[in-house]
Amino acid sequence: MPDGVISAQPDATAAKFQFGAARNFFRQRSTVGFLFTLPLILLILILVIYPSFYAAYLSTLNKRMTSFVGLANFAFLFTRETFWMVVKQSCLFAVTAVFLKAVIGFVVAHLVNATPARGQRKWRGMLLVPWVMPPALSTLTWLWLFDPSYSALNWLLALVGLGPVPWTGDAAWARLSVIVVNVWYGAPFFMIMYLAALKSVPAELYEVAAIDGAGWWQRLWYITLPMMRNIIAITTLFSLIVTFANFDIVWILTAGGPVDRTHVFATWAFRLGIQGGDIPLGASVSLFMVPILAVAAIFILRDVNKRAERI
Amino acid sequence: MDAPAGGRRWALVWAYIFLGLFAAFALMPPVYMLITALKTSSEISAATSPWWVHHPTLDNFVELLTSAQFLIFFKNSVIVAGCVVIVTMLISVPAAFALSRMKFWGSGALATGVFLTYLVPDTLLFIPLFKIFAAFRDLTGIELINHWYVLVIVYPTLTVPFCTWIMIGYFASIPRELDEAALVDGASWTQTLIRVFIPVALPGVIAAMIFAFTVAWAQFLYPLAFTTSQDQLVLSVGIATTLIKSDVFNWGQIMAGGLLGAAPPLIIYAFLMDYYIAGLTAGATKG
Repeated sequence: MPDGVISAQPDATAAKFQFGAARNFFRQRSTVGFLFTLPLILLILILVIYPSFYAAYLSTLNKRMTSFVGLANFAFLFTRETFWMVVKQSCLFAVTAVFLKAVIGFVVAHLVNATPARGQRKWRGMLLVPWVMPPALSTLTWLWLFDPSYSALNWLLALVGLGPVPWTGDAAWARLSVIVVNVWYGAPFFMIMYLAALKSVPAELYEVAAIDGAGWWQRLWYITLPMMRNIIAITTLFSLIVTFANFDIVWILTAGGPVDRTHVFATWAFRLGIQGGDIPLGASVSLFMVPILAVAAIFILRDVNKRAERI
Repeated sequence: MDAPAGGRRWALVWAYIFLGLFAAFALMPPVYMLITALKTSSEISAATSPWWVHHPTLDNFVELLTSAQFLIFFKNSVIVAGCVVIVTMLISVPAAFALSRMKFWGSGALATGVFLTYLVPDTLLFIPLFKIFAAFRDLTGIELINHWYVLVIVYPTLTVPFCTWIMIGYFASIPRELDEAALVDGASWTQTLIRVFIPVALPGVIAAMIFAFTVAWAQFLYPLAFTTSQDQLVLSVGIATTLIKSDVFNWGQIMAGGLLGAAPPLIIYAFLMDYYIAGLTAGATKG
């Protein structure tokens, strides 16, 4: 467009002005900002937002995706016993695992923080290893540790006169097993977040409290916890989302078994949608994750917006 | 004075005892991985202690490293992770720069939107994406499903929002005077970003790169759903599916494979731990 304008102007200074205007337009903060973020916007629109809505559309189709069936897929799910088991298991799994991860992370962060600064790096490094390994591969190791005939964990239990435990063979133990592996994998994340939070508490606060004669519990309750509150909330909610939507640990460890007892939304959706070939039903199952994700996201967002205002 | 000092020493001893227990729990799987990988099949099924290697052997590693299949998985993983890191940085560095430096219409909403996208899990998107890729093939004739490059297209949905988000946090901590001086001196925005800003912001960018690599290397669901041919698999799925032959688990090889598969992120982490931790905590503690 600017080319046409320039050639229509016989006056050289006007042409220069027009060219300068175009250049100014492309140097403007808002234009450049938009262009810099355009690939990001396109990526989110095409590969995240569109598929999300497409999932909702898919869930209203029949199995062969030839006709619209409304909410029939959901109505069908509600009549299935397995569905309610999956709802229960997903919630039990996410809440228990996140609670344990938060408690262990909190305790370990305090322990690390209590040691002399010189050795902290070493402890931090070792304790963060589970979080760094690809979960699909480390879960394979857990599968081997839980092996029914050569279980290395049962061998240890036998040393102290306990066991053998049917780790992945019995429904209750299998549920515990996936939680144990998830806690093993995720606790380091809490540990490192809480450790960072602990470091950001000004030391003067503790000194003043110590002069005032505050005990260990009082310092924890009146200084540490209030100062860490935001990070505890954000980390917990974030982990709740990730744990609730977990796939690889459950898939490798139990594949939903025994008899569908350990399926969570993600693994059951995979079984129905990809393996079973019923894409609409699989999409319907995975959509049940949306409400809980949305609630957690709203809570996180309040904190995030506070931060965005400061930028 | 003596009593509190003694109390503190005991507290420290207890802290070390419990830290030791937690560290043992954290390191048990990787250590057991190594123990099993060094055993022969007959020693694995022998009735001796599973926690000790009597006749260590490197056979499992040799067999994997000379098998064409495993090398293909490794190569695919390297290519996919490498491409994803590049694509992610090309998209998220300018975006994070724009969102932390330029106020424009909708920039605040976009920053929030990036964070929300980062909360949309892969487990919600894999089914519609599967269908979309099939429709894309019907429309254009380009087959995406069952080619490793489909992963380069989908992984950025996981890495870009996260990397953008942690870089916004990091970039905001860099003094504005730095890039404003460059702009006043007549540099364009792109020049300012590449010549002045990125060199200073490099620690944040490296942290983001480590994350993009770790996420791309560890992803399991997308390759499981989108690739099936053995020459298109990446390590995470390749090890979990092909080393298990029908119902026979070749644990020595599976553990050796797992160890080799976990090695790249672990090595990066061993050398760049501080960047890794800085990136991990950037999102929360700078808030």
